[in-house]
Amino acid sequence: FSSAMSASFYTKPANNGNAGVAMETSWDSNPGRQRTLQPITTGASVLAIKYNAGVIMVADTLGSYGSLAKFRSIPRVLRVNDATVAAASGDLADMQFLNTVVENHAIDEEIHEHGIAYSPASLHSWLTRVMYNRRSRINPLWNTYIVAGTEAGQPFLGYVNMLGVAFKEDCLATGFGSHLCLGLLREALDAAGGYAGLTEETATSALEACLRVLYYRDCRAYNQYQLANVPVAKPAQVSGPHFLQSDWSVAKLVKHYTE
Amino acid sequence: MSSIGTGYDLDVSEYSPEGKLFQVEYAHKAVESSGTAVGICCRDGVVLAVENIVTSKLYETNCNRRVFHIDRHIGMAASGLLPDARAVARHAREEAADYRQSHGEPMPLSELASRVSNLMHAYTMYSAVRPFGCGVLLAAFENGRPQLYGVEPSGVYYSYHGYAIGKAKQNARTEIEKLKLAELSAANGVKEAAKIIYSCHDEVKDKYFELDLSLTSAETAGRHVIVTGEQWTEASNYAKAALEEHDSDDDV
Repeated sequence: FSSAMSASFYTKPANNGNAGVAMETSWDSNPGRQRTLQPITTGASVLAIKYNAGVIMVADTLGSYGSLAKFRSIPRVLRVNDATVAAASGDLADMQFLNTVVENHAIDEEIHEHGIAYSPASLHSWLTRVMYNRRSRINPLWNTYIVAGTEAGQPFLGYVNMLGVAFKEDCLATGFGSHLCLGLLREALDAAGGYAGLTEETATSALEACLRVLYYRDCRAYNQYQLANVPVAKPAQVSGPHFLQSDWSVAKLVKHYTE
Repeated sequence: MSSIGTGYDLDVSEYSPEGKLFQVEYAHKAVESSGTAVGICCRDGVVLAVENIVTSKLYETNCNRRVFHIDRHIGMAASGLLPDARAVARHAREEAADYRQSHGEPMPLSELASRVSNLMHAYTMYSAVRPFGCGVLLAAFENGRPQLYGVEPSGVYYSYHGYAIGKAKQNARTEIEKLKLAELSAANGVKEAAKIIYSCHDEVKDKYFELDLSLTSAETAGRHVIVTGEQWTEASNYAKAALEEHDSDDDV
């Protein structure tokens, strides 16, 4: 019955408190092991934007093995609770590991029924601490997370990457999305005069347009995706897989293209 | 009335000359002097109900529930010392979370019952600890089948169609036996369980009690749900009405 004594409430140098499992690094006890050097199976961009009554987030369902489009049905969007969703790009094993930890925390909160649950801001904060601490041990979880949801009655959108860099914004993108699509999302926001001027439909079509750009231009993107919508007044909904229509007829104009 | 185990009841690692473990028996007495807990397997779900005796009106309602969630799909009702019940619940939750983490699926109730039983039994073997002073009822609705397990302070456990522990366990068990469980829907089972708790409640000895009710059924999609709001009020009123009817019958 030593398990009765093993739960640690207070964080002392020797233990990692609540983050426990997420913080265990193998060479703390076994110096022969190695650190994360590179991501292996990866997910591409995650895009998200606030609208007048909530937040929408999209992520395609591809797991790339280098340049091989190996796993074509990997869900990257996690529904944490009615007010919170999160999605990750980067190493999918690390993502699945962290998602399990988050899910277990979420189940813990549900069963204690004390009315306290992960809010997007608290999840964002927790993820930041875990990611930063892992990077500080030179053994990162090779992911970029976007957390979306409803915080104190307002739409919330936060970003955390493997270095522990974290910030909140009205529109976010990871990976290639941050190069190709962030400009498009910002334009949509500017045109509407801020997210309060964006409707759910406009926000969704802006994200879909961005996904299409990514499918055309990012070699690791895919045309099947999940969509998460967290309206301020209603529970979070993760839908999918959705399919992106694309037109490749222009390929014939490319020199040396053969059918 | 009770056999005194003078000299052989100082710690649980000592047998009496008759082969009894008096500390375990005393633990059972702790359960028997506590509010009744009832578990009923209905046709399409399991209901748990507890007569949560409240000693002071100064307590906030529902601050010390005796029905616990163990993971999303398993419920636990407890009779006996509440802090001991909480400790058992904590262990059960750890086991269930561990299982979910390593097996990638929710823990089957039979497996959890076995672990809880092992735990409670372990505390009956060493002089350094005392047995848990609580009995627990574990409930789940798995693969379309309602399941109920009862674990006692000695660690013994059985699977039941219906069971009761605590003060009025004998009366409650008799009432449960009268129910046609195979035909009873879980929604009606909630009301029947409430009725049993109310009818077994001793108005004289314990004036004030809270009715803790929970349900795991096809309707809740296998989720363990604490009954509150309208459904709770309905069950509670049904129970009170049945009690009045019974009382008025006596008047004739």
